[in-house]
Amino acid sequence: MALTGSKVRRSLVLIGRGMRDEPVVYFWAVLSSGFFGALTVFVARAVGWVTDTVVLPALSGDVAAQGRWWVAGLLLLGIAVTLALSVAGRRIVAGLGYANLQAHHRTRVTRQYLRLPMAWHRQHPAGQLLSNANSDVEAATGVFNPLPFALGVVVMLFVAFGTLISVDPWITLAAFTIIPIVIAVNAIFQRRMSPAITHAQQLRAEVSDVAHESFEAALVVKSLGTADREEERFAAKADELRRANVRVGVVRAYFDPVIDALPNLGSLLVVVVGMIRLAAGEVEPGEVVAAAYLLTLLAVPVRAFGWVLGELPRALVGYERISRVVDAGGSLVEGTATLPAAAGPARVELRGVTVEVPTPRGPLALLHDIDLVLEPGRTVALVGATGSGKTTLASTVCRLLDPARGEVLLDGVDVRELSPDARTGAMTLVSQSTFVFEDTVRENVTLADPGDPAAPSDDDVWEALEAAHVADVVRGLEGGLDAPLGERGANLSGGQRQRIAIARALVRRPRVLVMDDATSAVDPRVERRILASLGEDDGSRPTVLLVAYRMSSVLLADEVVHLEAGRIVDRGTHAELLARDPGYAELATAYERDTERRAREAAEQAGDVEPEVTR
Amino acid sequence: MSASIRDDGGLGVFATLRRGVALSPQLVQGAWLTLTLATVAALGKVVVPLVVQQAIDTGVSGTGDPDVNRVAVLAAIGTGVLVLSGLCSALVNVRLFRSSEGGLAHLRVKAFRHVHDLAVLTQNTERRGALVSRVTSDVDTISLFVQWGGIMLLVSVLQIAVSTVVMATLSWQLTIVVWLCFVPVALLSRPAQKRVSERYTVVREKVGAMLGAISESVVGAETIRAYGVAPRTQRRIDAAIDATRRAMVRAQVWVAVAFSSGVLVANGVLAAVVAVGVVLGTWGEITAGQLVAMIFLAQMFAGPVQMATEILNELQNAVAGWRRVIDVIDTPVEVVDPAPDGVDSPRGAAHVALRDVSFAYPGGPLVLRDVNLELPAGKRVAVVGATGSGKTTMAKLVCRLVDPAQGAVLLDGVDLREINGESLRRRVVLVPQEGFLFEGSIADNVAYGLRYAPGEEPSADEAREAVVAVCAELGLTDWYAGLPRGLDTPVGQRGESLSAGERQLVAIARAHLAGADLLVLDEATSAVDPATEVRIAQALEQLTHGRSTLTIAHRLSTAEAADLVVVVDAGEVVQVGPHRELVAAEGIYARLYEAWVAQTR
Repeated sequence: MALTGSKVRRSLVLIGRGMRDEPVVYFWAVLSSGFFGALTVFVARAVGWVTDTVVLPALSGDVAAQGRWWVAGLLLLGIAVTLALSVAGRRIVAGLGYANLQAHHRTRVTRQYLRLPMAWHRQHPAGQLLSNANSDVEAATGVFNPLPFALGVVVMLFVAFGTLISVDPWITLAAFTIIPIVIAVNAIFQRRMSPAITHAQQLRAEVSDVAHESFEAALVVKSLGTADREEERFAAKADELRRANVRVGVVRAYFDPVIDALPNLGSLLVVVVGMIRLAAGEVEPGEVVAAAYLLTLLAVPVRAFGWVLGELPRALVGYERISRVVDAGGSLVEGTATLPAAAGPARVELRGVTVEVPTPRGPLALLHDIDLVLEPGRTVALVGATGSGKTTLASTVCRLLDPARGEVLLDGVDVRELSPDARTGAMTLVSQSTFVFEDTVRENVTLADPGDPAAPSDDDVWEALEAAHVADVVRGLEGGLDAPLGERGANLSGGQRQRIAIARALVRRPRVLVMDDATSAVDPRVERRILASLGEDDGSRPTVLLVAYRMSSVLLADEVVHLEAGRIVDRGTHAELLARDPGYAELATAYERDTERRAREAAEQAGDVEPEVTR
Repeated sequence: MSASIRDDGGLGVFATLRRGVALSPQLVQGAWLTLTLATVAALGKVVVPLVVQQAIDTGVSGTGDPDVNRVAVLAAIGTGVLVLSGLCSALVNVRLFRSSEGGLAHLRVKAFRHVHDLAVLTQNTERRGALVSRVTSDVDTISLFVQWGGIMLLVSVLQIAVSTVVMATLSWQLTIVVWLCFVPVALLSRPAQKRVSERYTVVREKVGAMLGAISESVVGAETIRAYGVAPRTQRRIDAAIDATRRAMVRAQVWVAVAFSSGVLVANGVLAAVVAVGVVLGTWGEITAGQLVAMIFLAQMFAGPVQMATEILNELQNAVAGWRRVIDVIDTPVEVVDPAPDGVDSPRGAAHVALRDVSFAYPGGPLVLRDVNLELPAGKRVAVVGATGSGKTTMAKLVCRLVDPAQGAVLLDGVDLREINGESLRRRVVLVPQEGFLFEGSIADNVAYGLRYAPGEEPSADEAREAVVAVCAELGLTDWYAGLPRGLDTPVGQRGESLSAGERQLVAIARAHLAGADLLVLDEATSAVDPATEVRIAQALEQLTHGRSTLTIAHRLSTAEAADLVVVVDAGEVVQVGPHRELVAAEGIYARLYEAWVAQTR
């Protein structure tokens, strides 16, 4: 969708594409605008005609002309009504086009947000993406607001030229000297304005980023008492934006009066030339009046070119930003394969999986050559030090990212070949940080629209909430399942939110459940009960991959996989690893050894025992 | 607390403008000079009609030949006036841009700061986008309005005034006719504007809802992918986009009706002037030149009226935005910083006491009930209890993120509400569970904890030294050495390039660098592996020796290490004492500890 070529070419393509997107609307827009343009010229013609046939004779004492005052009045009134109708039509159609085009752009952009992979999202700040869908769309379409008017003005100029040339070539020449000047002034304006506007728009986005980040950091800011520092940071950006806006304003400040004065100067020229032609007996006074009047009528419409040209740089910038989203590639190509309808736990296999992220020094491997099988119905705990790659592995299994090498198989099928429905129907991930939608409890669990026949029943939802040990909390909320969550909803603690997220996973009766430290804010006893309620080992329990630190969770697992710096160090039962894997033993017995150390220190202080030499 | 921020606002247009100007006095600075210049600028508008009048009266209607020379001289003078008025007009524009942008920047920063002072920011974590839009797009709307419309409004009003004066000197009767024609405009414009205003309010609401829907697709991207609910999210977004589109079209229809009635009047006035003018001319009240000049003037009068009507419509939009910003600023702060009347709390080991403290979230049940508690100076205190028992609320109260509904929290005997904010924040620092990081490097984020007086920002080298030192103290050197770029590793948006555990490490280093007298850790190491957690706990133990720490703990290892354990159950403190005593005694703690040991060994 990105535009290429010179600025003029890009501008024309931008306008052309917009009109092609809404052909019917712009057909009527062009028609009504043209009609409006012609009518405006007709107003000037009528004024000239009235001057010659009514005003001048009547005021020179012509009785017949004096009696025609109402004819003149009615004629002008009739034109006024028609003109007003054409203006209303033009405006409504223009508004329709503008609104429709914005909707088109927003739909395109948001479809990309939903299509592009997590890797892309992690590289793009939320504030920026929101402004792409909002202010950039407004900027890209802003030019379509004055466009139909400007088109009408083009028609207006042609008709005006035709009318004037039939009267007198010299007056026409005088009237039309301003047109090239107007175009030249507009061109200069555009060249000065374009960089200034781009800069201001960029800064608007930056101000938004600072605000977003700072508000999200509210707790840190409050607890460190750095609100003053944040204010300074924001004020500095806001001030840059102020200066940029003033720079834009100053360019406009000089442009506006020039473009305003030009038709007036034209009128003066027409009057002088007209007087000369009148003295020569070549024209009627009314024709001079009409020509001069026409130029005063042009004073506002001629600005329409300025509005269009003024909006264009902004539109190009906005359009380019939108294009960057719309043209962004690298999406995870979804497969089409489905899985057999057989329920029950699924088998997950990772074969030679290497995951890399780009860094300035080239790709950095987060996971190296991982081979791992999760047998159906087994619960496998993934244990490792902070930063060892556990989350990356969990994300890879659920295909939030694709491995650089190797493959992830679900019941023998590469997850990249599975259709999204097949994949997400079989596997669910409960991630470290829970996201709560601004919606009711029910819909936060089902993630389905109300009335969707495929949605789980309320009984299923309650069952999932019970299993996640959050049903009591929900019962306590006003409205129960209908209680709103999110910004305007109930305040839930971190642990309660995590449990809602777990219910969201459980209600789907997944065949594979990946829990990425999803119970960090949940009380250990509650966590244990949640894990126990996943089902019995009789085919009703899903295959579970558990990223966990707590030994209680680890002990619930059939098998433990120890990950260190992106590699699998060892796997086996907890007892086996404890015996043979020193790294694992260190993780597993950290608290125990800490307790012992403390007891020892307390004893030393008390002087009861001799310090142990080694252990 | 958490008085919600108004969305629609009860302020009318004029009240909004008045309040807006009061908040940003820069807007009206030097207004008189600007107004004078603008009046000169408006004179340019009557040049052409006057020249035309002269041309017709001295040339056409006279008996002799048209006096070309005289008209040429008049045209030359007219040109001079036009150039002068153009210059004034440019000057007016520049002045207005400067003052309005200055005022808006001020307003923006004020609103930003106020949002930070509101508790809503720390209480309600979802969708801060709504607040962001108050300090960004809403202010941008006003700024764009000023740039593209506001100035024209001023110029138009002055042009109307100047045209009226000139018209009155030509023919008072016709001036009355012209004004009468605009009476319906004046009468109808108010209800029409109200309609348009209502429609724009709807548009803004729909845009807000749409942005909310879109932000879910951005912030909740991971969940949406993991659950394959993109189609549903798309449906919700599509519906919101279409609702916005419809609202915009409906608003535009009303704008079109309002504007085209302006056009009707502007051209209808021409008909009235000609008809009445011919009759007046027949009676000898007016010359042909004067009548033609009136035709020009009526048109010049109508232009600004039309322009003003249109801009007034857009003004609705801008005022709606302005109102939303003002609503933020006028939302009362729940946790008020008493500074500068507040007491400075002297540094040193902190002693905290809770006296008969009760607390409830708005509309909710009591979360804490009649809590009485002494946290001795220089001791490590751990708070344990089941999920939802009120542990975190206790941390919030001690840090004064919220104020108690009843009772008081005392720091060294002084009510927190009486201590000035800066002094309090220096002494008491909270490390929240979700370690939020700013976009930048690890070093930048740790350095954020550095304290310095205003204007005495430490140099990059000093900051770096401090960061390296604090990481070494906490035993984090090996950890960051293993990262792709060490301390300079970028943490990404919100720190998302790091794992939750790594973010917590950085957050702890940051808080430690702040060197508080009382460190409140709210499960600050919940996502860190046990070995690292124990290492950090040991390091903190040594480093905070002699200082006070309050730890909200999931893991009872923390409680074991504490000097004092506080057990909270259902909003009440049920047990207080050292670990060893509590383990030995019958009670909740003994049971909790037993369960913990069973889970971890």
